[in-house]
Amino acid sequence: MWKWIQAFASPQNFYRISEKLIPWFLYPFIALTLAGLYWGLVVSPADYQQGDSVRIMYVHVPAAWMSLFIYVVMAIAGAIGLIWQIKLANVVASVSAPIGAAFTFLALVTGAVWGKPMWGTWWVWDARLTSELILLFLYLAYMSLNNAFDNPKTAAKASSVLAIVGLVNIPIIYYSVEWWNSLHQGSSVSVTKVSMQSDMFIALMLMSFAFKFLYGALVLLRARDEVLVREQNSRWVKDIITGGER
Amino acid sequence: MTKRQNRMVFVALLVAGAILAITLLLQALGSNTNYFYSPTEVAEGKAPVGKSFRLGGLVAKDSVKRKDMTVNFDVTDNKNKFNIEYTGILPDLFREGQGIITTGSLVNGIFVATEVLAKHDENYMPPEVADALEKTKKSEQ
Repeated sequence: MWKWIQAFASPQNFYRISEKLIPWFLYPFIALTLAGLYWGLVVSPADYQQGDSVRIMYVHVPAAWMSLFIYVVMAIAGAIGLIWQIKLANVVASVSAPIGAAFTFLALVTGAVWGKPMWGTWWVWDARLTSELILLFLYLAYMSLNNAFDNPKTAAKASSVLAIVGLVNIPIIYYSVEWWNSLHQGSSVSVTKVSMQSDMFIALMLMSFAFKFLYGALVLLRARDEVLVREQNSRWVKDIITGGER
Repeated sequence: MTKRQNRMVFVALLVAGAILAITLLLQALGSNTNYFYSPTEVAEGKAPVGKSFRLGGLVAKDSVKRKDMTVNFDVTDNKNKFNIEYTGILPDLFREGQGIITTGSLVNGIFVATEVLAKHDENYMPPEVADALEKTKKSEQ
């Protein structure tokens, strides 16, 4: 079992398998996005209070979910890299950070665009907004720390520690609207209840699955590049570059 | 212990330490992390009277009075209420029964606001559904 995992997670094997995996993420992403946009912009109704501004939610909420999801993936991959020293886990963690930062930024910007007409302000320092901004800074700190070392092993060690410590921010973001009085509303969608109309919910789900597949495709694409750079001195990479001729 | 187990303990300690630190920090911050005070909290003297603070609650029914650019209304949490005076532009979502958060200070029992923000709740529905809900509510009363 252990040998098998290590063999599977070897950079060379990953490079071979990931090529076949990418279409399985890319095409569902395109299909789900088209369906999601149609459902969000055409099928789903305007809200009784927000009017058409409610449609911002179909990007804002999935982006915010991704910002949390990717951070958890990054921290777990970092921990796996730290404990079992699997090279591929470090690669996944380091290529995930900019993607997560982009989703966090998207959530913050779409939230501000919605906040101005609805709340009457672009930004307030309430618990939800502030903790999400801290998440963006955590991603940026992770990326700078990861780039601050020449040796990828040392870089992975230092940045993984940061990622794991920063993990405490995730439940804070999620529960901030319940633990404290905040301007941001509570969750409309949880495991136990959905407080929105069904077409709105379908549009939201389509977009959030689309974002999940997009992340999968981006991680594979970026990890392949990163693996080639990190393994540039190994035999198999040289073989790829020269086309197997020697 | 093997080297791998050592590293596992290290990661576990890291997580435990981070959780402990943040719990203590949040305990120490206490209610300072709340974005606003409810009318009841203000009535109990928890808000910093004399300084600017935020008050949040529902706009009381039939309490909104307009005079030029100045608006007068009550904010309530169904237990206590405060009269608000505000001069300026109100957000689109401002209406009676709506949750709002307002910044200002108490002057002779009246809350003089410098900013009024509308709070949105987690319910999303089309206008027809909202109308239908309103009707059933009225027929039940």
